[in-house]
Amino acid sequence: MNLILFTFIVLLGFTSYYFGRKKAYTIQSTKKRLTALPQFYGYYLAIWCAIPAFIIFSLWAIFEPTIVKLLILSDYSNQGYLDDELNLLYEKSKALSRGQFTGEITPFIEASAEKYLSLRSIAQSSKVVIVLSAIIASVAYAYKRISSNSRTREPVEKFLNAVLFTASLAAILTTVGIVFSLIFQTIDFFKVIPLFDFVFGTHWYPAKAFVRDSSEALDPTMYSDTFGAVPIFAGTFFIAFIAMCVAIPIGLMSGIYLAEYASTKVRQYAKPLIEILAGIPTVVYGFFAALTVGPFLKELGTSMGLEVSAESALAAGGVMGIMIIPFISSLSDDVITSVPQSLRDGSYAMGATKSETIKRVIFPAALPGIVGSILLGVSRAIGETMIVVMASGLAANLTLNPLESTSTITAQIVVILIGDQAFGDPKTQAAFALGMSLFLVTLCLNIVALRVVKKYREKYE
Amino acid sequence: MRKNGVKMIKIKAKDVDVFYGKKQALFNISLDIEENQVTALIGPSGCGKSTFLRCLNRMNDVIDICSVKGEILINDFNINDKSCDVVRLREKIGMVFQKPNPFPKTLYENVSYGPTIHGMAQSKQEMDEIVETSLKKAALWEEVKDRLHEPGTGLSGGQQQRLCIARAISVRPEVILMDEPCSALDPIATAQIEELIDELKKEHTIIIVTHSMAQAARVSQNTGFFHLGQLIEHGSTDKIFKNPDNKKTQDYITGRFG
Repeated sequence: MNLILFTFIVLLGFTSYYFGRKKAYTIQSTKKRLTALPQFYGYYLAIWCAIPAFIIFSLWAIFEPTIVKLLILSDYSNQGYLDDELNLLYEKSKALSRGQFTGEITPFIEASAEKYLSLRSIAQSSKVVIVLSAIIASVAYAYKRISSNSRTREPVEKFLNAVLFTASLAAILTTVGIVFSLIFQTIDFFKVIPLFDFVFGTHWYPAKAFVRDSSEALDPTMYSDTFGAVPIFAGTFFIAFIAMCVAIPIGLMSGIYLAEYASTKVRQYAKPLIEILAGIPTVVYGFFAALTVGPFLKELGTSMGLEVSAESALAAGGVMGIMIIPFISSLSDDVITSVPQSLRDGSYAMGATKSETIKRVIFPAALPGIVGSILLGVSRAIGETMIVVMASGLAANLTLNPLESTSTITAQIVVILIGDQAFGDPKTQAAFALGMSLFLVTLCLNIVALRVVKKYREKYE
Repeated sequence: MRKNGVKMIKIKAKDVDVFYGKKQALFNISLDIEENQVTALIGPSGCGKSTFLRCLNRMNDVIDICSVKGEILINDFNINDKSCDVVRLREKIGMVFQKPNPFPKTLYENVSYGPTIHGMAQSKQEMDEIVETSLKKAALWEEVKDRLHEPGTGLSGGQQQRLCIARAISVRPEVILMDEPCSALDPIATAQIEELIDELKKEHTIIIVTHSMAQAARVSQNTGFFHLGQLIEHGSTDKIFKNPDNKKTQDYITGRFG
């Protein structure tokens, strides 16, 4: 029903555009000069169609359920029901009206369900009538107002401005909302678990928190030595470090090769090929790490008399590094290419060789941009989840041996939130606390990266 | 410079052809360049004068699709020969570009760049001397001596170009190529550079590409006129400007085309 109405309104919008433009053409044919192009008259009318429709739709969405509920519950007033019971009755009748109710059907509920249905259909048809009449009225009003000297370009431009503003506002508000939900849950978590234990505790064992029966009261002492985040922070940075050890040299060198040494033809094919690496889903890297690299390292280690876990930090970090190569390679290639040719010419003309030019002129000039690309790569490494979950295990060992398994913040969030979760439980909230710390770490890195890149931009002003 | 009335020829180009891919940019250029004189190359845009200039220190090597044929003898040695070491060649032949292009390094590092890569200074003191003499010769020393360790990109356009000249002369080249060195500068900075060119020709052979005929007349002793990839006429600046042999030269000089 709503869909049909919506389609109809869209059609109305197109029609009003058409009529607005037509009227403008008519005015034009009488040799009068218009204040704007005819299309603007069309857009102007279409906006007059869209705005009332949008306002009424949103009002309806906000108030309809409340009013329907009030009307239904008015039957039960003065009968001594409690608020909770009234809510339950309302939900029951709603469910019954949809045919989804399985409990015992009392005549009361049946009557309410019928009333609910009839109210809904009244609401629907009145919505159709009101929306359509409002649109027609406003379009008709605007249509009459169009004349050779009416202003249409400014309102249309303002409307576009408002639409674009709303879009960016939505993006910002979502971010703010997510950050706030993180903050509040994190605060709740730290009410039970002391901040000190979280930051400096060396034992991470959230499985212990599964044992609690949710009906029991919370006893903070039972969580001592459960949520110490040091091992997983260490694991996160350790794996990210291994990843960057792979990604920085290979990425940087291939970036320099692409930018400075490769012929146009090689570059034309090699660059997209490297960028394909960035398009591979991380889960594919994950099973590549878990099923190919992990066992290979284990066998290699065994043949050398080393004890290697099948799920090792080395496998996860190495594969993660491969995943990050294209970011560093492609970004640093762009940065190096954007160093002005005049600097290269200046250096060559002094008799410098290619490698001297790269080492002494191009690399220092591009360094801030390269650092920026590396920091973005580190952000990715720290935020990467799938590869770690699949290839490095889930036990949060505090170790610096790359051949053992270790775990990261993201992997632990997965562990905590898989399966049933209870809200308000420290175990669930731990995920928020971890998410928050992860967010802070990547935020800092991104800020630094942006700063560095900005500094670089000022360089050639 | 004339020794016993004989012109000393520093550079001798013989039948130079340049191709960009399949397109020929220069046709059969033969030109002698006198030692310790300023030679100006003039001509309308796209006539090949900059391309010719870039042949003289093999900067065209940098462009993939560019190929150069013919002989260019500098001190009687063909630089297009396989045995020519480009690094040594460019040490002998400095270049100054159209747009000032100081490296994003300090003033000091900009000037010491060439001596460093050619290993010309044995000690910090020697390097300091080279930097100071070069900056003095480029008439920049007085303006920058107190801020040698600030970035070279912070200077004004004219100062940047003089810094680039200081950078070029720091390795004591025999020849300096200048590719429209004043086209991005205001008249005052231009006058300073022109004065500097006059000074520099005592020790260096200078070849300057310029769009300004007035500049060519002011700074040069010899002039070559290029048109559509051909060297139409060359000779002493006096003759080219006052009494050219070729009608095209005459037309260009008097502003009838180009």
